[in-house]
Amino acid sequence: MSITVSDVSRRFGSTTALQPLSLEIKNGEMVGLLGPSGSGKTTLLRIIAGLEMPDSGSIHFGERDVTHVHVRKRRVGFVFQHYALFRHMSVFENVAFGLRARPAGERPSNAEIRDRVQHLLERVRLDTLAKRLPAQLSGGQQQRVALARALAVEPEVLLLDEPFGALDARVRLELRRWLRHLHEEFNFTSVFVTHDQEEALELSDRVVVMSNGKIEQIDTPQSLYRAPANRFVFSFLGETNRFGGEYHNGRLQQGEAWIALETSDSAADEVLLRPHELMLTTAPDARAHLPVTVDAVSPVGSDVRVELTAEWMDTPWLASITHHDFDRLQPQRGSDFYLIPSRYHRFAPDSA
Amino acid sequence: MRARPARVLPGFSLSLGVTLLFVSLILLLPMTSLIGQLSSLSWSQYWAAITDPRLIASYRVTIGAALAASLFNALFGLLMAWVLARYTFPGKRILDALMDLPFALPTAVAGITLATLYSRNGAVGSLLEPLGIEVAYTWLGIALAMAFTSVPFVVRTVQPVLEDLPAQADEAALTLGASNIYAFRRVILPHIWPAVVTGTGLSFARSLGEFGAVIFIAGNMPYRTEVVSLMMATRLEEYDYAGAAAIASLVMLVSLLLLLAINLWQGRFYRRLHGGRH
Repeated sequence: MSITVSDVSRRFGSTTALQPLSLEIKNGEMVGLLGPSGSGKTTLLRIIAGLEMPDSGSIHFGERDVTHVHVRKRRVGFVFQHYALFRHMSVFENVAFGLRARPAGERPSNAEIRDRVQHLLERVRLDTLAKRLPAQLSGGQQQRVALARALAVEPEVLLLDEPFGALDARVRLELRRWLRHLHEEFNFTSVFVTHDQEEALELSDRVVVMSNGKIEQIDTPQSLYRAPANRFVFSFLGETNRFGGEYHNGRLQQGEAWIALETSDSAADEVLLRPHELMLTTAPDARAHLPVTVDAVSPVGSDVRVELTAEWMDTPWLASITHHDFDRLQPQRGSDFYLIPSRYHRFAPDSA
Repeated sequence: MRARPARVLPGFSLSLGVTLLFVSLILLLPMTSLIGQLSSLSWSQYWAAITDPRLIASYRVTIGAALAASLFNALFGLLMAWVLARYTFPGKRILDALMDLPFALPTAVAGITLATLYSRNGAVGSLLEPLGIEVAYTWLGIALAMAFTSVPFVVRTVQPVLEDLPAQADEAALTLGASNIYAFRRVILPHIWPAVVTGTGLSFARSLGEFGAVIFIAGNMPYRTEVVSLMMATRLEEYDYAGAAAIASLVMLVSLLLLLAINLWQGRFYRRLHGGRH
């Protein structure tokens, strides 16, 4: 089921939660709404679900206009941030709720309900815990119950609000992979909200980056990361180092530090750099003159993260270097180096 | 010196000591003297004192009216708590504060006010009279006075529990296709049920002993509109202290058992809800 959001806006009192925005989600697609808190992503998700009414605009599921359709008739699966399980009901009854809630004519027989719930519980690997109460489960298990409960009514659209926000890192990774599998198996259209760029980039077919109630960019994870539309998207998608200065004769200068820029635009006053686009060297060259002092070193993971300070920075920089370079250069707290950027990013000053 | 296992939280002996002292002074001491009064009675005298036909009629009146009042309060109190917990509207704080008025108001004032309002020529009573409904000086009046003085029990026990129920639980039920009634019955009611029962039970226990508000509106006709607490007062006026104590002991026993039952039941319910953790 495709979802079409057209010119939807929403205000809460005097604050604008959503400026009129449009969004097209294809059938079977998995889309992540990514943004900082207060960016309107949850409001948009709740409007799609029917838990919130838009002030203007319309929502279509396929050809069907659902703008004024009550949430209980929209047939969406919704997974809440804190799961919102029914605490007094067993895992089984939680999952069966949507089937039992149907009006008498459409309700499946008890045997049918039992079979379907059992099948779903097997799918989420909770069949042995069917009789437990939610309070007796771990966070990851509760999340799986919430998913099974939403899937029991066979929705064509699955909406998830910060689905993995409250879980620890390992469970989160496992559940992410598992959600991806479920998505492919059941072939529903999924929209999820997250403030974690890694989650959005890993899980989504397309990512919608939002800030201040408007959409900044809609793109696939690759092109989003490679070609961010503006400064906000760039800095939200990963760690950012900023170099601010004044442009003279092909150099952006700040005190003793400078970076060579290939631009004719004399208004340039800042460049942004990713940590992995910085090389640590013992001598400057024609590309840049950036003397730095090592402040901290964290040799964990596939790269070594080095925190750097210098008088010309407004905030400390972060560089990630290979273990090979780390062994060669032996950076330690207090040692001095130069940085050479392999790549830098500039954005038009008018973009946010 | 013998080593004692150390407690991390300080002040246990002091706080428990003071608590027990006060419990003894204001609860146990009067209760002991009450039982002391009873010792002057033989079992058959005691039996006779608590089975006096006029007294039995008053049991019936009191229990019936208290039941009606607490059931009414269960419904009205639930509604009130719902309004206060779920919606925001101008004047909500005032309404919230008004809910405690029955506790703050001297019960006699409540009784006199109700009696005036609902008497045959009172503001409300005069409207009800053409309909053939008499409130003041009838059983209905007793129930009304009891309901008035004990409604905060229900509101104040249900309201926090309702506020504690995340709105998401409601929304989850709706996204799963549940009708409003179905969602209320299967999601909200089970959550607030223990609070409703506790509040209603407290309201009932309080109604059983209500004196001040009731006597002014009851009319106090023997066998018809006399309540148990009035019977006790009558015994006292007749200097029949043992007889009053006999009735009091019975009322106390019933209230105690009722409260104990509520507490036990509630404990079991919450243990279930929190998965063994309290």
